[in-house]
Amino acid sequence: MKFLWFHLMPYPDLPDDFKETHPSVWVDIDPHLFDPARGHAVYHEYMDELEFAANAGFDAICVNEHHSNAYGLMPSPNLIASTLARNTTDTALCVMGNSLALYNPPTRVAEEMAMIDCISGGRMIAGFPLGTPMDTCYAYGQNPALLRARYMEAVDLVTRAWEEEEPFAFNGRFNQQRYVNVWPRPVQKPRPPVWVPGSGSVETWQMCAERNFLYAYLSYFGWQASAGVMKGFWNHMKEAGKEPNPFNAGFLQFVGVAENRKEAEKLYAGPADYFYNRCLHLGPMYANPPGYTSEASLRAKLGSQVTAAANQGAGSGISGPARDFSNTKFFDEGHVIIGSPDEVADKLREVAIELNVGNVLLLLHFGNMSRELTNYNTQLFAEKVMPQVRDLFEDEWENPWWPQPMPQSQRVDRSKTTAQMVAAQ
Amino acid sequence: MSGLQEHTAITSLGQARVWEAGEGEPLGFLAGFGGLPKWLPVLDKLAEQRRVVAPSLPGFPGGADPDLLDDHLDWLLATGDTLDGAGLAGADLIGASVGGALAADIAAVRPDLVKRLVLIAPFGLYDERDPVADVFAQKPGTLPEVLSTRPDAYKEYSALPEGESELEWQVTGVRANAAAARILWPLGDTRLVKRLARITAPTLIIWGEEDKIIPPSYAQRFADAISGPVTVKTIAGAGHAVEFDAPDVVADAVIGFLGN
Repeated sequence: MKFLWFHLMPYPDLPDDFKETHPSVWVDIDPHLFDPARGHAVYHEYMDELEFAANAGFDAICVNEHHSNAYGLMPSPNLIASTLARNTTDTALCVMGNSLALYNPPTRVAEEMAMIDCISGGRMIAGFPLGTPMDTCYAYGQNPALLRARYMEAVDLVTRAWEEEEPFAFNGRFNQQRYVNVWPRPVQKPRPPVWVPGSGSVETWQMCAERNFLYAYLSYFGWQASAGVMKGFWNHMKEAGKEPNPFNAGFLQFVGVAENRKEAEKLYAGPADYFYNRCLHLGPMYANPPGYTSEASLRAKLGSQVTAAANQGAGSGISGPARDFSNTKFFDEGHVIIGSPDEVADKLREVAIELNVGNVLLLLHFGNMSRELTNYNTQLFAEKVMPQVRDLFEDEWENPWWPQPMPQSQRVDRSKTTAQMVAAQ
Repeated sequence: MSGLQEHTAITSLGQARVWEAGEGEPLGFLAGFGGLPKWLPVLDKLAEQRRVVAPSLPGFPGGADPDLLDDHLDWLLATGDTLDGAGLAGADLIGASVGGALAADIAAVRPDLVKRLVLIAPFGLYDERDPVADVFAQKPGTLPEVLSTRPDAYKEYSALPEGESELEWQVTGVRANAAAARILWPLGDTRLVKRLARITAPTLIIWGEEDKIIPPSYAQRFADAISGPVTVKTIAGAGHAVEFDAPDVVADAVIGFLGN
């Protein structure tokens, strides 16, 4: 089992009456709510927390991309990942990821990710999300009806740019380049592992099966919301003749660990409330631009009353419309798994087996959680939970979706170079 | 509705549904937002005087598959092909909303296709001092009241007809909105401003005074830029879907402009 420590980087000072006084946390979020001095502090705090998690022994630290969004302060996850590449040594860096259709040309992403792969010595995971409607269609003005076609073409272009041994010309529907020639080249051969965060679209499953990409379902509504989608994914993989290798899939889970459940409720109710009732206050007008959902997926959704009801009830992944969250509903319904280390470990093992998923992307920081509580949660999870679940799937399955870094002996040891610099002075 | 006939036009993208009614000289109609899921009262009224011919554009109900249309040139070629295929070359042409943006463009770049032009609250321009609203970012379920001053009647018009499949009806509706998005995303600006001066056909511009999508002030922007003789008619109490909100007034204005 792989444990990835994931930071969304929410802005922590949204006002108490945010939900009542503002239309949406995303797209038209009020610029006056952002205090740059506070931004200075929280960026450092959040990067410290990611580095703390790396030191605590998590398999990977994870960043992602959002635009015009008060719960995700990383329009460019690559900027954050590059500093993490300098300040960490062995942890994988999961950039989850870059919405390829937003970049013109998309080879910009191939270049930046190759830089991160070089700086980190081959520790990078390349995440390629289609991107939410809010990020892509509204904040970045992409045509929803053409977004997926652009994305698919960009995935081809970027992976080819890494894999081809010689410069080549690319004559696509949306991109024409006479000279595709990515410098620097990525450390990992033939390319870094590609992970695709999805929201249950048939086309994304198909692409992952055909191209051997990892599929991750990132729902803020916990393992229960993920179960139906993962079942659909595994059915699709079976039909495509693929093995049910749990390392081919990932899911997102909020977790709060404490001495016991009661203590956990006390510690994590505030941050969870901040996340679900402020950060997830999404304007429903931005959730469903026409053409964003493919006709095949639309038919699948409309055709299944069960799925339709589930989508309404649980929200369809990240882009789901806002819902009402009463006090501790997020605990009772498993959106956030809380409890003692043993309780959390048991639950995670049970859920990972049920979903058949070998990668869990953990939100151990959420909402406006303080640095102290975040580090406490991180430390306790690393020391008391991780060891209990780590063995899961490891002996039974190969894991070709994990980064293959340069040998340790060939990598730059920054503790030495820093010491030399000090000595020279 | 009386004497509504359906046939098929062959276009470069495949078959397109053509609805027509009435007799006499053909009068083309390119529908607005949502296309023509059903026949409209305004078209019945027009069909009392003229042979009304309403071909479906790609992606709209009855239209060909728009998947191969990448850019605005592709859309203009497809629109021209559809008008040709429906036997509307050289006919008078009405375009509403989304269809109005394309009708204006066709009159500019294929003047042989359009004798006289009627534009009903056309998209195609965007002035940041008086911006077009985001028709694609409305709260779920509120579109009827945004588009029309008769939202209940509009809801009834958009409702599932008896005996039709709920799923197909919904898919058709989403596909029509996606087609509009393909043409207009994100601002509704098709850069038509660069081509309006090429329009030499006599033109009638109709606008609803209660249009919540495109400000009625845009009527004058169109009128000022078009080279041919232009008449502007604004209609009190009508929203963006003017032809739906005020079918009799619109039909009278069109017939008055074109002559019987």
